[in-house]
Amino acid sequence: MGFMIGRLGQTLIVLLVAALVSFMLFRYVGDPVNNMVGQAASLADREAMRTQLGLNDPVAVQFARFVGDVLRGDLGMSYRFGQPVSDLLLQRLPATLELSLLSILLAAGLGVPLGVWTALHPRSRSAKLLMLASLAGVALPTFLIGIVLILVFSVWLGWLPSFGRGEVVSFGAWTTGLLTASGLKALVLPSVTLGLFQMTLIMRLVRAEMQEVLRSDFIRFARARGLKRATVNYDHGLRNTLVPVITIVGLQFGNVFAFSVIVETVFQWPGLGLLVIQAIQFADVPLLAAYIVLVALCFAIINLVVDILYAVIDPRVGAAQLARGGPA
Amino acid sequence: MSDETLEGADAPDHPPAWWRGDFVHGFVRSPVAIVSATIVAMLLLLAILAPFVAPYDVRDPAKANVVDARLPPSSTGMFGDQYSLGTDPQGRDMLSAMIYGLRTSLLVGLGAIGLAAACGIALGLAGGYFGGTIDAVIMRAADVQSSFPAILIALLIDGVTRTLMDRATHEALAVPILIAAIAASFWVQYARVVRGLVLVERGREYVLAARVTGVRTVTILFRHILPNVLGPVLVIATINVALAILTEATLSFLGVGIPPTQPSLGSLVRIGNEFLFSGDWWISLMPGGLLVVLSLGVNLFGDWLRDALNPRLAS
Amino acid sequence: MTTPLLQVENLRVEIATRHRDLVAIDDLSLSIGEGEVLGVVGESGAGKSITGNAILGLLEWPARKTGGRILLEGRRIDDLDEEEMRRLRGRQIGAVFQDPLASLDPLMTIGYQLVQTITTHLDISRDEARERAARLLAEVGIPAPRERLDSYPHELSGGMRQRIVLALAFCCEPRVVIADEPTTALDVSVQAQVIDLLKRMCRERGTAVMLVTHDMGVIAEAADRVAVMYAGRVVETGPTMDVLRAPLHPYSRGLMASIPSMRRAARDRTRADLPMIPGAMPRLDALPRGCAFHPRCPVAIARCARERPPFVPAGPSGGACWLVADGASGEVTAHA
Repeated sequence: MGFMIGRLGQTLIVLLVAALVSFMLFRYVGDPVNNMVGQAASLADREAMRTQLGLNDPVAVQFARFVGDVLRGDLGMSYRFGQPVSDLLLQRLPATLELSLLSILLAAGLGVPLGVWTALHPRSRSAKLLMLASLAGVALPTFLIGIVLILVFSVWLGWLPSFGRGEVVSFGAWTTGLLTASGLKALVLPSVTLGLFQMTLIMRLVRAEMQEVLRSDFIRFARARGLKRATVNYDHGLRNTLVPVITIVGLQFGNVFAFSVIVETVFQWPGLGLLVIQAIQFADVPLLAAYIVLVALCFAIINLVVDILYAVIDPRVGAAQLARGGPA
Repeated sequence: MSDETLEGADAPDHPPAWWRGDFVHGFVRSPVAIVSATIVAMLLLLAILAPFVAPYDVRDPAKANVVDARLPPSSTGMFGDQYSLGTDPQGRDMLSAMIYGLRTSLLVGLGAIGLAAACGIALGLAGGYFGGTIDAVIMRAADVQSSFPAILIALLIDGVTRTLMDRATHEALAVPILIAAIAASFWVQYARVVRGLVLVERGREYVLAARVTGVRTVTILFRHILPNVLGPVLVIATINVALAILTEATLSFLGVGIPPTQPSLGSLVRIGNEFLFSGDWWISLMPGGLLVVLSLGVNLFGDWLRDALNPRLAS
Repeated sequence: MTTPLLQVENLRVEIATRHRDLVAIDDLSLSIGEGEVLGVVGESGAGKSITGNAILGLLEWPARKTGGRILLEGRRIDDLDEEEMRRLRGRQIGAVFQDPLASLDPLMTIGYQLVQTITTHLDISRDEARERAARLLAEVGIPAPRERLDSYPHELSGGMRQRIVLALAFCCEPRVVIADEPTTALDVSVQAQVIDLLKRMCRERGTAVMLVTHDMGVIAEAADRVAVMYAGRVVETGPTMDVLRAPLHPYSRGLMASIPSMRRAARDRTRADLPMIPGAMPRLDALPRGCAFHPRCPVAIARCARERPPFVPAGPSGGACWLVADGASGEVTAHA
């Protein structure tokens, strides 16, 4: 319990810091009044506007108001799009989420088995080949992978589209491309691009962890007790490997968030990433400020979930936390 | 006692000269190390000698001939200029643009990691040596920041500075800002490693002896502790440089890094992206290829370096 | 003399490195009888653990067995395939390793690991296996054994964990147990208890035990016979008391002299200095010619640097030293 409270507290602090940065940006960059009344307004009018907007109140009050607004979902108006920021964010969120989830599934679904396999057969030729290929995932920048894929599959072969989401189906606020053929086709290249780097990362991680685990004494003892090879490798080996791997994969989800910015730019995917690039290019402060808060929130939630997951899975961690929090 | 010459049991304790040691021996024996080091050295040389090696000076946008735009490799321009690797939509010679872009990439990459390492080392030394609140604050900040990916941090910092200053100032300061933004996303590793090492060294006798005899803290830190710390830092740095180079290229590709008037491999790829469908593949793929070669070279060398230095780190 | 339970004959183990193959174990022979505890003692790197791994069939690349035979109850076991060897392990040959916390899977309960081992080798139901596990825990002195079955390793103390490791090693009633430094990672106060437990369990079952350690105190406490190893070879064996009191090999003599003994100190009226054998055991890639010990030997003669002394049995004991072979008793003074 003490552990939970501590983590929640830390999360809150991170969120507040992000909100502060955001608030600073929002309040002090550019002049909101200018944007609203134009050049010709008189000084008196401006002053009146300032008071009306609450810009003459103490900073702490303004910050509190800002936080209140954010909690209510009011994130201001985008300079560039002229729409409420919250609307824009919600509009674009499904696209990014769908892409991210799919690529994580791809990355983990391929990365974990491949990592396990290369760990169990380290000296086989295919393992060495895979490790070499994984170097490509690390050394090639994501945007280049996307461009090469576009070149091969869109320009030369013409099989898959190179931009956009294709047709999407709406369910209330949510839009999905999974239910249409063009939507599915549009998802392929972006999710592969996004997932490739993650996949090589996961594969190398699983391999390294598993090799480490397989060297440990309890594996040796398990073998010395004559347990079957499969039992040793999977029951003991894989389970112990997955504990740290799961937490890192969870954190990878945050990485995917970041890389989606790149992929969405390459493929003109209408998600949050493309939005923030446009925000930066046009100095759209409200949008940028809101994005910072959103990102902080997402990362904070992800970290929290991962920590809780870790405590649940690993009996050692759970016990240690319980001991710290008080008698069980 | 026998007076045969024996290796091992009775050998003197002094390690052999460094050029005869395991490290150089391993280097000479490893094809990967030699090839990657050669590639990196050649590219470095190319970048440093850019003004002398590049056929055209592409830093000045006014010098480009727009009429020569988008010519394929091995073409001759309107006025007889040779373009061995073709031109971009602005009429700039690709070869020269790539060489200067390489220069930018290396400048930003090495600069950013240098800065990150310097700051990280300083903070790690401070935190590890002084402990207490300083340490707590630094480590908290490190924890919070390390959960965010480098790209995002660099992106947001660059974005925020862009909104804070007007366009002209931002363009002029683009490179230092970029270096600072990328450095900001990498310092954590160094701080953590150095802090760990400092905590270990802090309790050692030679440090205690120095403190007792009144040697100044700064001297202790720099003369005694720092040399022990440089090995691991070097390994981390080499691996990070590749990532920093890619980060710069990515940010430039996204349009939020180096401004388009200055040459950068990433922005060249971005410019070429629009023309993929018209078949002008060279504008994107060639700078991309160079980027890959550079990144692979640095990565491979960094990996080899890490493996080669590891057993010594363990001792 | 009945056939010994475990026999190792002329074992040779080599380790492949980039440059050449190093010899880690060279022409090693030993045997253990029923209910007998053979102590294998030597410095770190002498090859004690590798010998144990070879017997268990757990040698991993780059180490591999290149010569010799290992026999269990008269049958060869070193040439079995992996699956047959696996069936032997745990069932006929048990093992106890050094670090009890590291030996137990941290994610599984004690009960799960015990039941898993038992059901792998014995054809009984899970409930019966659980019963058996609980009885084993009681036998090794774990309080509230049934409740403890659902505990995780990290919830127990080091001493209790090593008892559980012993339970795991003995749970399928093996004929031989290899104990590799079983007390080194334990508190001194707990060491004696664990050694007593080990002795009791193997005496009751007639198990042959190979007790590997660098601690002479443990040897004195628990071993019936001793084999002293140096640089991959056995340089002396014999009944424990004999080797302790009158060691044949100069290295053994050095080892015994380094045991603190108040009686001896008082007798010699010397300070409580521990005489150390100067120098260090040679690395595998720098083995001296002739006898591996001769550079550090206080009584080496010229022959020691030229030829390697074979192991010469002398009654129930034996040693690998030219001075032993020549019948001299080690009073020859050194000359260069």
